[in-house]
Amino acid sequence: MSEGKNVLLVGVGGQGILLASEVISQAAMNDGFDVKKSEIHGMAQRGGVVSSHVRYAERVYSPLIMKGTADVLVSFEKAEAYRWLEYLKPGGMIVTNTTEIIPPVLNVLGKEYPHDILDRMKKQGLKVVVVDASDAAEKLGNPRAMNMVLLGAISDLLGFTAETWHSALNMRVPKKHLDLNLKAFEEGRKLAKAS
Amino acid sequence: MEKLFLSGNEAIARGIWEAGVHVATAYPGTPSTEILEAVRFYKEIYCEWSSNEKVAVEVAQGASMAGARSFAAMKHVGVNVAMDPLSTFSYTGVNGGFVFVSADEPGMHSSQNEQDNRYLAKFMLIPLIEPADSAEAKAMAIMGFDISEMFCTPVMLRTTTRVSHSKGIVEAGERKEHDVKGFEHDWTKWVVIPANARKRRTVILNRLKQLEEYSNECPLNYIDPGSGSDAKIGIIASSIAYAYAKDVFPDASYLKLGFTNPLPFKLIAEFAKTVDQLIVLEELEPFMQEQLLAAGFKVLGKEIFPREGEILPEILLDSLKKAAKSSLIAIPADHPIHKAEAEVIKPTDFDLPRPPTLCPGCPHRASYYSLRKYKPIVTGDIGCYTLGVLPPLSMMDTCICMGASVTNAVGAFKGLHGTDKVEPVVATIGDSTFIHSGITGLVDAVYNQANLTVIIMDNGTTAMTGGQQHPAMGKSIRNEPAPKLILEDLCRSVGVRRVTVVDPYDFEALDKVIAEEIKADEPSVIITRRECVLDRLRFGPKVVPYIVDQDKCVGCKKCIGLGCPAIVTVDVTVNGKKKVKSKIVEFLCTGCSLCAQICPVSAISIKEESK
Repeated sequence: MSEGKNVLLVGVGGQGILLASEVISQAAMNDGFDVKKSEIHGMAQRGGVVSSHVRYAERVYSPLIMKGTADVLVSFEKAEAYRWLEYLKPGGMIVTNTTEIIPPVLNVLGKEYPHDILDRMKKQGLKVVVVDASDAAEKLGNPRAMNMVLLGAISDLLGFTAETWHSALNMRVPKKHLDLNLKAFEEGRKLAKAS
Repeated sequence: MEKLFLSGNEAIARGIWEAGVHVATAYPGTPSTEILEAVRFYKEIYCEWSSNEKVAVEVAQGASMAGARSFAAMKHVGVNVAMDPLSTFSYTGVNGGFVFVSADEPGMHSSQNEQDNRYLAKFMLIPLIEPADSAEAKAMAIMGFDISEMFCTPVMLRTTTRVSHSKGIVEAGERKEHDVKGFEHDWTKWVVIPANARKRRTVILNRLKQLEEYSNECPLNYIDPGSGSDAKIGIIASSIAYAYAKDVFPDASYLKLGFTNPLPFKLIAEFAKTVDQLIVLEELEPFMQEQLLAAGFKVLGKEIFPREGEILPEILLDSLKKAAKSSLIAIPADHPIHKAEAEVIKPTDFDLPRPPTLCPGCPHRASYYSLRKYKPIVTGDIGCYTLGVLPPLSMMDTCICMGASVTNAVGAFKGLHGTDKVEPVVATIGDSTFIHSGITGLVDAVYNQANLTVIIMDNGTTAMTGGQQHPAMGKSIRNEPAPKLILEDLCRSVGVRRVTVVDPYDFEALDKVIAEEIKADEPSVIITRRECVLDRLRFGPKVVPYIVDQDKCVGCKKCIGLGCPAIVTVDVTVNGKKKVKSKIVEFLCTGCSLCAQICPVSAISIKEESK
């Protein structure tokens, strides 16, 4: 058994975060880990901030990642990783999509969306892998497969073999979308390696 | 044994199935909703969305009278609605076992308060069990029924949001059938006329004594000894806080409590002997700490841990470190916990508020946009449409609890009536919430002649909790055909003469109706009927988005005032001058056309289908 990990997936409601964290949990279970995962449903899902914590190790008690202990922070929206920065372990890896989802309330409040957030993160010395996941998914024919591109992009960071990933995808992704999702996953792997 | 990966809610559903439950009821409410959503896949269980929590408990109570194991689930504030049947259920006791879930919400992720319902179990003199994760949730759901039948009592199974919504590994078991015993014809037990209730009062006080004894032996309460020098610190913990603590401070000694009313005082005394210091770790109120102090134990609790919100792992760690520094607890200075300083990387200069918003294409948006013109008092209610309070719509004055929009409006009207401060009053309420408890307020409004306008925002589902069925949908919890409640007929039948049904996607018509009904001199109801946009996206025709013609857009920002997430502003340069214009984010647009209808210069139109 490889080492356990804390993985924090963040973004905005409706981006497919929950399915992605479900696949990671399944992969960890397939490898014999104890797994816990936590997320919030309800009002927050209406365009609000969404996060999903996944923890796997030999024995896991808390379903929540403690601040400063996330090995990998995956962001489905360009700026959201930064909101959750306090959760990242020093030296931990950020993998982020480039899609910007601009909250409508900014207009009312007269605030600006931080378009330069990736540069700022890099300047701060953070390890950031940038993946144009939405674009890649769109090219594959369905923008909704963006979550699987990101999952592919982080796949090498989590300590599971390709077989473990594929069997987890098989178990968790609805059959009719499996083909597309597998392709998106592989595309994500390629993009992360190239970056 | 098959291993399942289940949320606390799914694990409870599995548990009641294995426990041989026959009848399960609920009204949806975060964080409890997914319990019944999971139960409906177990065909052996009759299950229903009840019209409210009181109804849910009474239906389950009737099933218990009939000798069937029965179950009800609700969120913490739902228990308030059900307290009437519940508190007397304690007096009658059960025939078939009865367990109900109170899903509490420390942190108020999707609730109006963070009341601590453990006090309600104590108040009702009934057993309280509290799982810390999914595996325990399943085991306790099963055990709850044994306790219920052993002591002839309803049992409260209390979760918190993190227990309900976190997933963990659960071992699947088989269903054990419990034959329905048949209706218990015992009027001395079930008819609570005072003469009977007085006798039952004695019975339940005796039951409480037996439960006190049982709490000490119950396997849900156990000592989990620590190691090394930390073992001298004794932490009494329940629910999710136990899970956090085991990761943050693993070597302390724990008294893990799963059965928390009545508390196991003998076991606590035994535990106290093994440690130098006793600490109570519990989210929200000092429920256990107060009782332990009253019983003469020297314990710390709320001196260390916060009373509001969740005690998240980092908060728990910080609290322990602070307590060690101020010598509240004896943790030596060289202890690793001090170094566990969560080395946190701080974001700098980041200000990106992202509050929840009405979805792009939400049919509720137009009503609030129209109401802005007339500025009445708007009493709101519990559901997605509560989001009408947020800018830029900012069109709600009050929101208290399920159904209160209508009755608060009655009271506001009566309070202002005859004074020089009269304002028109409008209540906004969803279809499911109206059935839950808005209808009783409407009866009151008609009977007592309050001049108000009720807007029933009928999107054909219980949207906020994820789209559950309700009586006005013509579908059961299992999506089978069911008799359909006709809301307009219901409103007319209680005496409302002005009832109008309007499509909120037709802004001109909607706006006209709202203007007229606010002026009317009697109670009126407007039903804005249009399916939830999430249902339309799932089941409706392909969406064709709208686009802004930037040459026509004058940058008036009227469309921005809708607060639609699909509409943003962009800086453009026209003749060397910088201008701000609107733009529609195509992949977010659901094609509702509202922005096109209100654009004063017709700059917004449907996108031509590209060939």
